[in-house]
Amino acid sequence: MYDIIIIGAGPAGLTSAIYACQARKNILLLEKESYGGQILKADKVKNYPGFNEISGFEFATKLYNQASDLGADIKFEEAVEIKNYDDYKEVITNKNSYKTKSIVIASGAKNRKLGLNNEDKLIGKGISYCSTCDGMFFKDKEVAITGGGNNAIDDALYLSNICKKVYVIYRRKEFRFDSINLSKLKVKENVTFILNSNIINLIGNEKLEGIIIKENDTNKEITLNIDGLFITIGHIPVSNMCKNIINTNEEGYIISNEDCTTNIEGIFVAGDIRVKEIRQLTTACSDGTIAVLNACKYLNKQIKKE
Amino acid sequence: MEIINIKNNFKEEVEDYNGITIVDFWATWCGPCKMFAPVFENVSKKLESIKFCKLNVDEDSENICKDLGIMSIPTTIIFKNGKEIKRNIGFISEDDLIKFLGDM
Repeated sequence: MYDIIIIGAGPAGLTSAIYACQARKNILLLEKESYGGQILKADKVKNYPGFNEISGFEFATKLYNQASDLGADIKFEEAVEIKNYDDYKEVITNKNSYKTKSIVIASGAKNRKLGLNNEDKLIGKGISYCSTCDGMFFKDKEVAITGGGNNAIDDALYLSNICKKVYVIYRRKEFRFDSINLSKLKVKENVTFILNSNIINLIGNEKLEGIIIKENDTNKEITLNIDGLFITIGHIPVSNMCKNIINTNEEGYIISNEDCTTNIEGIFVAGDIRVKEIRQLTTACSDGTIAVLNACKYLNKQIKKE
Repeated sequence: MEIINIKNNFKEEVEDYNGITIVDFWATWCGPCKMFAPVFENVSKKLESIKFCKLNVDEDSENICKDLGIMSIPTTIIFKNGKEIKRNIGFISEDDLIKFLGDM
């Protein structure tokens, strides 16, 4: 029986693991893909206190090593279901099942897709969700990026330094946030903004050859011949494994307060999977800390009861 | 078998090889590729009958990536007698890589 099972080895889950190990709890950290989560895709992290600049990969690896050096048991398995019993909980993975006294869900979110025909078929053949991974393959080529959040702007700037031409396509008339990178992007000669527009069609079978865009007010359609399309339109929560017992909002994010508790005693939530306003690296780590320290408090209370 | 680093010898190591080869296309600037490296290495030690190769896409002077239409990394491709038979795009776990190589 574990004291705490942490689901997800992104920044939130890894922070939980570090604190739990320091509190000498017997923990298991489950990860379905590679550790690091979304921060892996960040070319450069420049807003984490104490680091002027660090690559997403290096940051994730430091966190991972810190947790494993402290003795965290990390297994690469996918949590598929959570069960709650009177005196313990159970996490069922694609390979095993594990009993535990408490759980921290830090399963994060995955890329949101446009939902267009051919989208899945063209992934890796012109369509990408990771500019830093795939941008180099479009050196001196024409690409488009869709999305209007900070990630999209940062990625557009990254691409504008590599590609011949970058179209930035956004469904709203204005960007909601101003940033240093947006100002930099606006003065780039090889960047064209196409605002108030949506991509309605992907052209190409064996590889992406172009896209069709529709302007929202005029319904005017234009065709862009491009080699690559980078989709950065946000994320969807990964909460299927717990939806049967944990309260989520309509989108699937887990409902909780700043104390990271859920509707079930002994099950906590941390990071992007939690309903909240600000999803940043720092807030993920903050959640990871709060969730696991509250889990420790819960465990100590259980011991007193016994 | 040691993992072979392909550099100007794709033809010799992969195209002209009689048997199964798996090639990991990667780069130093790609986070998921670096995570995939130990996975690839561990599996190479378990499956001795398969030839494991790596190709750094920044050192691809033979334009192999272009010829194979690689636009995303990590990409792993299985070749049989020099012909592509299977391709995976993106990071996969050790178990999934073994499954991917399953019937080879």
